[in-house]
Amino acid sequence: MEAVFSDFGEYAKAFGLTCGLFLVAGLGSLVWGTFLAALRVGPVAVMRKASAAYVGVFRNTPLLVVFIFVAVALPKIGYSFTFIENVDVGGHHVSGYFFRACVALTLYTSAFVCEAVRSGINAVPLGQAEAARSIGLTFTQTMQEVVLPQAVRAVVPPLTSVLVALLKNTSVAAAFGIAEATAQMKSMNNDHADQRIQIFLLFAVGYIVLVEVLTFSSYALERRWRVA
Amino acid sequence: MRLIRRTKAAAAAVVLASALGSTLAACGSAGDDSGKGADVDVAENAADQFDDGTRMKELAEAGAIKIGVKFDQPGIGFKGAADDEPQGFDPEMGKILAASLGIEPGDITWTETISDNREPFLQSGEVDLVIASYSITDERRKVVGQAGPYYVTGQQILVRSDSDIESVDDIKGQEVCSVTGSTSLDNVKAKGAKPRGFDTYSECVDQVLDGTVDAMTTDGAILLGYAAQHPDELKVVGDPFSEERYGVGYSKDHPEMCEWINDTLTQSFEDGTWEDAFDATLGKSGVDAPEQPTLDPCQD
Repeated sequence: MEAVFSDFGEYAKAFGLTCGLFLVAGLGSLVWGTFLAALRVGPVAVMRKASAAYVGVFRNTPLLVVFIFVAVALPKIGYSFTFIENVDVGGHHVSGYFFRACVALTLYTSAFVCEAVRSGINAVPLGQAEAARSIGLTFTQTMQEVVLPQAVRAVVPPLTSVLVALLKNTSVAAAFGIAEATAQMKSMNNDHADQRIQIFLLFAVGYIVLVEVLTFSSYALERRWRVA
Repeated sequence: MRLIRRTKAAAAAVVLASALGSTLAACGSAGDDSGKGADVDVAENAADQFDDGTRMKELAEAGAIKIGVKFDQPGIGFKGAADDEPQGFDPEMGKILAASLGIEPGDITWTETISDNREPFLQSGEVDLVIASYSITDERRKVVGQAGPYYVTGQQILVRSDSDIESVDDIKGQEVCSVTGSTSLDNVKAKGAKPRGFDTYSECVDQVLDGTVDAMTTDGAILLGYAAQHPDELKVVGDPFSEERYGVGYSKDHPEMCEWINDTLTQSFEDGTWEDAFDATLGKSGVDAPEQPTLDPCQD
C-alpha cells in the first residue's frame, strides 16, 4: 500500500494522463464518429459507401494494430505529427506521442461511435424524417432539428458503453511511450516486488472509479433527457 | 613420393571438407552469429554431493531444471524466432549452474520471464531459477531469494551518431525511451528526461533509428549489442550512471539454494568458465570481461 501512497502524486498524475487521453480521444471520436454516421445515413451514395468501408476497416482491426500503424509505422515513413509539439496550449506543449496515441484511439473508437449513433438514428421512425422533408427542411436541417435530437436519447446507453471501452483502451498507450496509469502500475510493480497485489488493486480501483463516474453521468443524462 | 602426394591430397580433402562443413553449418543457422557459447563440464553423480531433502538433490535426481531467462535482450538473454534455445550471458550462467547438478544443457527447460512475472514464477514454482537481468534489490529480497551478483553493469545512453547528446547531463527535457515500467526509465525521469516506455527494446531502438525519440537507455551491455548491429547510425555515450547487480533468483521455500549458487558462481569465477561465458556472449560487442563481482553472503 505505501508504495502507492508514498508516491501518490505519481499515481494521480498517471491517472490524469489516462483522463487526458480519454477526453481528447473521446471528444475526437464523438465528433468524427457522428460525422461518419451522418454520412452513412445521408443521401450521397459514395459517402455512404466510404463511411461503411471506414467502419469495416477500423472496427475489424485490433486496437493494438491501429496503434502500431499510427505510432510506429507512420513515423517510419515520415508522418510523426511532430508539428503538434510547436502548438502552444496555455503554456503547455502537446507531445507527439500523446497526439499519436489520441489519433490511434480516435480512429478506432469513432467506428464504434458511428455505429452507435446510427442505431440511434434508426430508432427514430422514418415518418419523422419524411415529415421533416415534406415541410421543406433540407437534409442538414432534418438531421439537426428533427432526427438527431430524438436519436441522442436512444444513443446514450450504447454510446456510454463505447466510451467506457475507450477509457479502458487508453491502457494500450502504455506500450507506446505514454506514462499513463498502466505504465505507472508496471513501474511501481517493478520497484516494489513485495507489494504487487496491493498496487494492482489500487490501480484497478482507479479505473473502476473513473468508469463509475462516466456511467453515473450517463444515467443522469438519461434521466434528464427522458421524455415524459 | 607417391605416398606423400596422396597424404597431401587427403589433407587437402579434409581441409576442404571441414571448410565446406562450416560453410554449410553457417548456412543452416542463418542469422545466428552468437554461437553456442562456452562449453560446460557436466558434473557426474552430482546428486551424491547434496544432502537429502535439499532442492539441489531433487533437481539432480530428476535430471531436469526449469530456468527463467529474458528472450528479448541481445547479449544477455535473447531468443530469435528461428532459435531453439535462448542465447546470452544469462543462459550461459544457467548452463553452468545446471552442470553442477549434473544436468545437461539439453535437459534445461528455458521459460521466458518478463520483468513482471519473475517473482510470481519463482513463488509458484513455474521456474526453479530466474536468471533474467534480475537486479538485486531489498524489495525483491523480501519475496524471493537472490544470490550473487554474478554481473554488475550500469545504465548508459544510446543515441543516433549525429546526436548532440554527449552524456547523461544532456538528456534533461529530451525524450528517452526504454521498456515500460523499467528501473532505467525511472532513473532518466529522475534526471529530468521525458520517459517513453515501449513493450520491447527492439521497438525502442526503432524509435531511435527513425528519430521519433532522442535517445534510448538501459544497461550498457544491451546498448552495446544494438550499437554493434548499427555501427554507422548508433553510438553509446557517457559513463554508466547507475549500478545494477544481476543476481540469480530462487524461491524462498528453498533457502539452501543460496549457498549452492554462490559456491557454483565462485567456482566458475576461479576455473574461468564465467569469463568464457562472458566472452562468448556480451564480450562480442567488444568489451573485455569486467572484474568478477564480490558475492553477497547468504542471509540465512
